[in-house]
Amino acid sequence: MADVTLIVDGKQITAPAGTLLIEACKSAGIEIPAFCYYPGLSLQAACRMCVVRIEKQPKLATACTTTIAEGMVVQTETPEIAQARKATLQLLLGNHPLDCPVCDAGGECELQDMTFKYGAAESFYAEPKNHREEQKWSPVVYFDRPRCILCYRCVRMCGEGMDVFALGIQNRGSSAVIAPNVPAQLSPDDLAHVDCEQCGMCIDACPVGALTSGTYRYKTRPWEMNHVATVCTHCGDGCKTTLGVRSTSDGSEIVRGDNRDKSGINNDFLCNKGRYAFDFANHEDRITQPLVRQANGELKPVSWEIALDHVGKKLRELRDTRGGKSIGVIGGNRLTNEEAYLLQKFARTVLHTNNIDHHRTADYVAFAQSLAGHGERTASLHDTLKAPAVLIVGGDPTVQSPATAWNLRTNVRLNRAKLYIANAAEIKLRRQAKAFLQLAPFGYNALAAYLAGDEAAALSATSDTAALSSFRDAVKAEENLLILIGSELRGAELKKLIDFGLTIPGAKFALLSDYVNSRGAADMGLLPDMLPGYTPVGATSPMATEYAGPNALGLDMLEMFDSADRGNLSALYVVGANPVARYSIDPATLKNTFVVVQEMFLTETAALADVVLPAANLYEKAGSVTNSYGDLQQVSKAGDRAGVRTDFEMIVRVADKIGANMQSLVPFGKGLRADMGQTRGVQSGEADRHAVWLTANNMEPRLSPFDSFAILDEIQRLVPGYNILRLQLLSGNDQHLSPAATPLVQISNRRDLVVPANDTLFTSGTLGRYSTMLCDLQQNEILRASNLTQIQTAAD
Amino acid sequence: MPTLVSHPDEVKIVSRRFGQGAADIEKYIELDGYKAVQLAISQGAEMSNWIINTMKASGLRGRGGAGFPTGMKWSFVPKVSEKPKYVLVNGDESEPGTCKDHVIFLHDPHSVIEGTMIAGLAIGSKLGFIYLRGEYRYLLKQVEKAVADAYAKGFLGKNIFGSGIDFDIITQTGAGAYEVGEESALMESLEGKRGVPRIKPPFPAVVGLYGGPTVINNAETIANAPHILLMGGEAYAKLGTERNGGTRLFGISGHVERPGVYELPMGYSLRKAIYEVAGGIKDGKKLKAVVPGGSSCPVLTADEIDVGLDFDQMGKAGTMLGSGGIVVLDETVSIVEFAMRVISFYQHESCGWCIPCREGTDWIKKTLTRVYNGGGSKKDVDNVQYLAENMMGRTFCPLGDAAAMPTLGFVKKFRKEFEDYIEGHKAGTPLITVEQLVGAGH
Repeated sequence: MADVTLIVDGKQITAPAGTLLIEACKSAGIEIPAFCYYPGLSLQAACRMCVVRIEKQPKLATACTTTIAEGMVVQTETPEIAQARKATLQLLLGNHPLDCPVCDAGGECELQDMTFKYGAAESFYAEPKNHREEQKWSPVVYFDRPRCILCYRCVRMCGEGMDVFALGIQNRGSSAVIAPNVPAQLSPDDLAHVDCEQCGMCIDACPVGALTSGTYRYKTRPWEMNHVATVCTHCGDGCKTTLGVRSTSDGSEIVRGDNRDKSGINNDFLCNKGRYAFDFANHEDRITQPLVRQANGELKPVSWEIALDHVGKKLRELRDTRGGKSIGVIGGNRLTNEEAYLLQKFARTVLHTNNIDHHRTADYVAFAQSLAGHGERTASLHDTLKAPAVLIVGGDPTVQSPATAWNLRTNVRLNRAKLYIANAAEIKLRRQAKAFLQLAPFGYNALAAYLAGDEAAALSATSDTAALSSFRDAVKAEENLLILIGSELRGAELKKLIDFGLTIPGAKFALLSDYVNSRGAADMGLLPDMLPGYTPVGATSPMATEYAGPNALGLDMLEMFDSADRGNLSALYVVGANPVARYSIDPATLKNTFVVVQEMFLTETAALADVVLPAANLYEKAGSVTNSYGDLQQVSKAGDRAGVRTDFEMIVRVADKIGANMQSLVPFGKGLRADMGQTRGVQSGEADRHAVWLTANNMEPRLSPFDSFAILDEIQRLVPGYNILRLQLLSGNDQHLSPAATPLVQISNRRDLVVPANDTLFTSGTLGRYSTMLCDLQQNEILRASNLTQIQTAAD
Repeated sequence: MPTLVSHPDEVKIVSRRFGQGAADIEKYIELDGYKAVQLAISQGAEMSNWIINTMKASGLRGRGGAGFPTGMKWSFVPKVSEKPKYVLVNGDESEPGTCKDHVIFLHDPHSVIEGTMIAGLAIGSKLGFIYLRGEYRYLLKQVEKAVADAYAKGFLGKNIFGSGIDFDIITQTGAGAYEVGEESALMESLEGKRGVPRIKPPFPAVVGLYGGPTVINNAETIANAPHILLMGGEAYAKLGTERNGGTRLFGISGHVERPGVYELPMGYSLRKAIYEVAGGIKDGKKLKAVVPGGSSCPVLTADEIDVGLDFDQMGKAGTMLGSGGIVVLDETVSIVEFAMRVISFYQHESCGWCIPCREGTDWIKKTLTRVYNGGGSKKDVDNVQYLAENMMGRTFCPLGDAAAMPTLGFVKKFRKEFEDYIEGHKAGTPLITVEQLVGAGH
């Protein structure tokens, strides 16, 4: 749109026509205070804080509802305006409890900030304040009515942003109150509750301390924490979450997760997992000492030295006696890229085996191969916010990729994006969809075939073939279509769908998976037949020449367990994965296999291990991860726990015990310069400015074999598609990478290798079981469901 | 049925059928009913322009209180619209002291129906709504019967009076909120939502009910339309003063000998209205103050009543013509108590959307209640004035102003009475508790 020029506080500013005055001012560096205004949500104009003086208008005008006009002359900070804002604050504070010393929001409160600025310090009311008791709406949402200033941000956030509509307003005037959707009179416990997705966006949006988080309330003060921005571990969207960390006697404890500066790939959004489900780190079942199985079968805590010695000796012996092909390695999809890369490199070059796999939650191999040569056709998470049209086949983003769903809803609401959904289930996003195609159960393959031109597949795809045909026509007519694919589509069917999409001009693709680095695990070559970057094992490539690995294809996940069952797998090295539970493996399968597991907890897999090495989780390490879309982000170390080691460090130390060439495994010590006094901790992840500059210029010395940046260098050098911009990465921004797979060799038909986690809003694989808050929320859901049944029964 | 009053100075236009049984459609037809709408239709292709020009010429200004020229309002509606256009009759007469629409619905409901049709023809709408105040629910049956009678006669529905135009009317009542008298809040209410106002612009003429262009007028304004079309715009305009065409209904209440609803020409003297039309102060007492146009208008003292009752003259006098509800207070009235009761009403009716109104009305009410109960200090009067001054012009909708304006009037014009009251009522037994006032339980 054309630009409009106006004068604000004597300064000429220019912004696109149609911009709201408050936004135009913001972009020119002029802050106009507002409680109720929230970018992207409907306008409220309720708080009257953003009043400004616009020439030729009789009254003060609200900047949040004024669209800029050419030649407009605006004053934003005159004595008259300051007085208006002060008076508004005085009115708010009249009924405010002023319990700032104990309020969670203290120090991060917009009402405090405004009072500080406008000085509404004197009190002239003699009457008592209106008081209401605080309410627990759910395990994670608490409401303190007296602190509420009724800006309605939470109401709009929940309704417009989340499409949940769990909050509303009751009563009117000074009795008006934010109320949740399960009123006290409908609750068996006679207390009001929210029936919702528990995302915590209402708390996030609350400018004061009226809505507080069940995990954080009354725990600490904001200024007593360090705030570490990192990436949430729980789903494939990879949202930025800022973890509030406090020192404890045995490390540093994470006490809060939130979307503090909203600068991440997720913009405004963060779901309940990113916000609350960091607490697995503090679970009492956490293993903090290495465990080695004794002759009597018991796992006994031992020192690190003993455990690592044992693992090293044993693996070396098995490798040398029974050969690398008798050893299997399984990685996790919550490891960093550096760890995943290091693990497969360790397997291939130290253990001499290609028996490598990970818990696959989507078929990234087929995805990369189908898009070989079409790197520009892969979508970033950002595209979900911008694409004019989106096709979603399979999956349920609301539950499995909440940030994706948030972006899609926002895109539909603000940009009128057209959403086409084909799903066997009536997923919630259907409410935003322009067209919803109800597929038959397991109808995805038939749909892919139909879209690829097989008319005969129509009836297997859906019972409504007329809808199917108009759905296809509508989708085909779209330009710049974004195609989001659920994990239901794999192998040849996935390729069919992508081939169809490639015929649509400008179409882009993303394959949705389940965990923070599900994509990275595949990209980094935790695969039996692929080196990093989907480079086929045995093919000639720059990578293969540097890898002195075996040329034969390795065993995949299921083959490894088959092999173990036949007594042919002498050792299994599992890093951050729980395949025994995930692939429903009979525990007896592993009775003759030497099993090493790097884990946080005694999972089903760890419980069978001969050695369990206590691992740090993603929030306790630094590195990089790649989300479902191929967006690379930096992970920073937030928490710390005495006794545990990062997977990176453990792999290096095991390799060392085996007798591997450390310089070759982790190319450290190649730096030419001293670090000029800027030595960083091994896992600090803190990028000081000097280090950022050095790193950007690829000059930083790698002083330690535990320096994951040494591996990042190698990833950047060797992995096709990982053309990383270091400055971008290290300054906490995301960057989109496209897989650069070599064209199709052959597409595996092992559909059973892909096991989607099918997590709900309140589960997160094995890890989620150790999050007290997720467990509480599941319990809460069960309770709510049973209450509902009771109420319905009573009504009948 | 309340007794109708009459006075020779009255000029009966909108009230001309009062007391003649015009709620009955036959009687209404006999008294020139539904002639105006047929006259409009007979203009053919020029119908819309003819209606709007006649309304413009009449100088009729909105009778709800804001006084916006009606013809101009109708002309703002776009001729062509993708969305349906609507006519809305605002019968949410809630301003304390006002009871004029009430008598129209009671005595002449068909004039509202006919006026709605005329407005519909003017803007090209096919659907009108008559929205009655929740507390007027007992009038609904009568209004519904009138609508049903009009349908039965074929006046409403398909092809009205052979024009080829369809027009329907739906009646609806509110649920008892003053706030929905505000036009956009009324639309929210009518759409089944919480009755809170909308952000303007866009104005209803462009984006109104269900997003369609909408004309919303006060019931009295609408009821005037048929009369204006029949008598001609200029003739109507001449009855009033410059820029204040015609007559209007004044509900004179309080301490007068003959309270009631009188139709007086615009610009009629307030003094005469009180002392002659309404028969003067009851029981020969002295006049103390007048609230001239519903309780939101700043009070006039006994010395300030030599003013003509039209929008402009009242504005110059520092008050408003408002809704025509003249409340007369004699010397026995305590302004402290009156101010408390007025603010209690607005506190109770504040919708809670914006901070200045929600919190401001509450604190003024609490403070004035304490003052009334004998716990006040002179500082409280300053505080009340400060609060009201800082509400004025700062609220989301006019309700905040409606609460602040009379409050300012009371404390500015009767400051000495407040101070004397505070001196004379130290620490006595509370006369009233906050809970006993309107709004108990909140």
